[in-house]
Amino acid sequence: MPKVTVDGVELEVPAGATVLQACELAGKEIPRFCYHERLSIAGNCRMCLVEVKPGPPKPQASCALPATEGQEIRTDSEMVKTAREGVMEFLLINHPLDCPICDQGGECDLQDQAMAYGRGASRYDENKRAVTEKYMGPLIKTIMTRCIHCTRCVRFSEEIAGVDEIGALYRGENMQITTYLEHAAKHEMSANVIDLCPVGALTSRPYSFEARPWELKKTLSIDVSDAVGANIRLDSRGREVMRVLPRVNDDVNEEWISDKARYQVDGLTRRRLDKVWIRRDGKLQAASWQDAFDAIASVNAGAGVAAVAGDMLDCETMFAAKSLLGALGSTMLEGRQTGMDYDVSNLAAVNFNTTLGGIEHADAVLVVGSNVRWEAPLVNVRLRKAVKRGAKVFIVGPEWDTTFGGEFLGSDLSVLGSLPSHVGEAMSKAARPAIIVGGAGLGSGGLEASLALAKGWNLVRDLEDGERWNGFNVLHMAASRMGGLMLGFAQKGGIADIVAARPKLIFALGADEVDFAKFADSTIVYVGHHGDKGAHAADIVLPAAAFSEKPGTYVNTEGRVQFADKAVFAPGEAREDWKIMRALADALDVTVGFDSFEELRAEMIAQVPALGIEGLADYGHDLPAGGGAASGEIAYPIGDFYMTNPIARASATMQRCSAELVHGEDMAEAAE
Amino acid sequence: MADRYIEPDTPELRERWGGFSWKPAWAERARFEIAKYPEGRQRSAVMALLDFAQRQVGEETSTQGWLPIPVIEFVARELDMPVIRVLEVATFYTMYNLVPVGRFHVQVCGTTPCMLRGSDDILAACKARGMKKGHTTDDGMWTLTEVECMGNCATAPMVQINDDNYEDLTTERFDHVLDELAAGRQPKTGTQEPGRHTSEPLGGPTTLEAMVHENHDYRSEW
Repeated sequence: MPKVTVDGVELEVPAGATVLQACELAGKEIPRFCYHERLSIAGNCRMCLVEVKPGPPKPQASCALPATEGQEIRTDSEMVKTAREGVMEFLLINHPLDCPICDQGGECDLQDQAMAYGRGASRYDENKRAVTEKYMGPLIKTIMTRCIHCTRCVRFSEEIAGVDEIGALYRGENMQITTYLEHAAKHEMSANVIDLCPVGALTSRPYSFEARPWELKKTLSIDVSDAVGANIRLDSRGREVMRVLPRVNDDVNEEWISDKARYQVDGLTRRRLDKVWIRRDGKLQAASWQDAFDAIASVNAGAGVAAVAGDMLDCETMFAAKSLLGALGSTMLEGRQTGMDYDVSNLAAVNFNTTLGGIEHADAVLVVGSNVRWEAPLVNVRLRKAVKRGAKVFIVGPEWDTTFGGEFLGSDLSVLGSLPSHVGEAMSKAARPAIIVGGAGLGSGGLEASLALAKGWNLVRDLEDGERWNGFNVLHMAASRMGGLMLGFAQKGGIADIVAARPKLIFALGADEVDFAKFADSTIVYVGHHGDKGAHAADIVLPAAAFSEKPGTYVNTEGRVQFADKAVFAPGEAREDWKIMRALADALDVTVGFDSFEELRAEMIAQVPALGIEGLADYGHDLPAGGGAASGEIAYPIGDFYMTNPIARASATMQRCSAELVHGEDMAEAAE
Repeated sequence: MADRYIEPDTPELRERWGGFSWKPAWAERARFEIAKYPEGRQRSAVMALLDFAQRQVGEETSTQGWLPIPVIEFVARELDMPVIRVLEVATFYTMYNLVPVGRFHVQVCGTTPCMLRGSDDILAACKARGMKKGHTTDDGMWTLTEVECMGNCATAPMVQINDDNYEDLTTERFDHVLDELAAGRQPKTGTQEPGRHTSEPLGGPTTLEAMVHENHDYRSEW
């Protein structure tokens, strides 16, 4: 723990800290462009110069200088001030003065730091460098003349994403950042380089020229495109969500989000259900809310009513539906739309127990039936970090392009019963072994077989540092899954039980992946926000709110309870889901016990207290014993990363990504 | 240098160079270079391998050689590294040619010492033979590049042609060198000054004269 003095204030900094970090601990702001906490240190922008004694009598780059005992650091001296001015002047030599037409304007590091640390005016009157635009795919727009060569994007794609596709060609003044032969950046996290870019060289293509940052209303929300529950910020203007940005949460998403989370939001304005529809003579026809309620009441279902929850639902909606069905005398609730029927009597057995942050520290990981890169790109990033720390990863399932290597053991679940000896050895010798069971590994006895392995390898253990380690993980794909399971949206036999019960009325709450053909005799009421598969099969369509249009509680795959706020209003006649459930209660002449959102939430928390506390829910550490043999070819449920939910399917950006990046179509660039 | 660019990746280029692989002699040298580095660090051999690839391309095309995109991809495969990382190296160092060059790559130094000693005349002589900076002559013989300091300031002006330096040039001496090369003969490399061996001072040493024939202790004279 070296002691250093920053601007006359002595403080102790952690061993291994850099001078820049020491200054930050002392509360001093150090301007920087290339330095980023989560990337390796490059030291090439020179903006973080400070004066350090002992040392050479010149300013030093604080980001790359280790803090050592007895250092005297000055960030406020004349030398530092002139050094910063000089660096800024050099950076601006080749940077165009196009802030008024630059999308980064208003949230640009270079703009802000030029104001704070630069000279008032430029002394440079030669010609500026100009660089041609580089094609980086449908998400990243490039104006490379603005690039200041910080190489954050290069380091991100190499270190975090694990896909070496961005590089710096040529040298010196002629250095150019580009993808290889200007191919599109092809990975699920690519758009994070837009946030990393400190200038306007890499900006968002779908969002280009849409809005200025100061016009936008910022709402804290949770991503629903997968089960990771990435913390996001919805930037909205008027009634439209303009863009999504990640928020920093080291436990969940660090500061990255997947491209789908970031860019599916343009689907929120397309294919929306903004009116009530009732199927008459085989065709959906516009109707009024009252007509719909009358039609639902006239089914006279009594207790023969079921509810199927979709993948993007908040807990409040599910609880409202549960209350409604409870009042009607039914418990036919299910959230696993595609028919999975794994045992949920012990939620610890279907939870991501190591936590997302914890999986980084695992030293041997067995992945069972999960294309992690597509099912949860942020978990893939964590796995890559684990591998960089020396973890061994074994994967059971058809091969996919991992970003971290790993060994594929076979594509059939029966491999679990006859694992190669070196796998068993690595897992049993590991200090922090972990199993990740994905969607494709849960069925066909895969969960039980994995649980048996977990028991054999003693995955639940006390670590040397006294912490409890539970290495058994289930990686879900639906944002609503853990919340739904906590609220009891699961039948013993899965959705097949509901099919067998032949309900007269079925509420499909944003459920688009259900095989509705099996419910031919039921009246299907689709309560959701997009005209997708569910609405096509429905007899009555009630327009509801998307995740951005209602406050809600979400539980991610590690059992972390998180709250999202409402950013905009739902379009047209659409209403928040809980209001629809409340109104249905009146129409069906029952009482559900709440009249406002606050009452609903209070009631929900009274029944499931964990949903009221932000943070990890406690499911205990006792895993069921499992056992039995698993067999069956593994087929990953996601066929197209960009098309997994109704919002993404409606999104023009996601459609283009799917066509270009997954299906390899050539996109003609529009002439500008 | 500012106008360095990568030869476009066309189907014709793929067809010509897509099947590139080591000739036995170069394969042997590549193995030797890779073996210099410990297991897992084979990528360190990338610069040597790019050089060998360029030389093999040179042998096949009877030029100084260059690096077509498929050949760069071949080197990346050889070393199991991302092709963008190889391309970064190839574009960074100017001794890797990114576009086709002629039989002889004439690199004229134009930095201050050479300029003061008459590199403008050398460039004029090049121009008189139809060479143009950054271009190859129509007969495929000469490619002219103006380069920065090559470290031969004591014997300025100089040019580098393929792997050899020619120093102490005048227009006549330069013309002679080019004539010899064009005729398929190898002219004397290094300094062209009669009586000069390498870069020693003309007319004998001007410093440390007492040490020419025997050891001499200067310390008492300081």
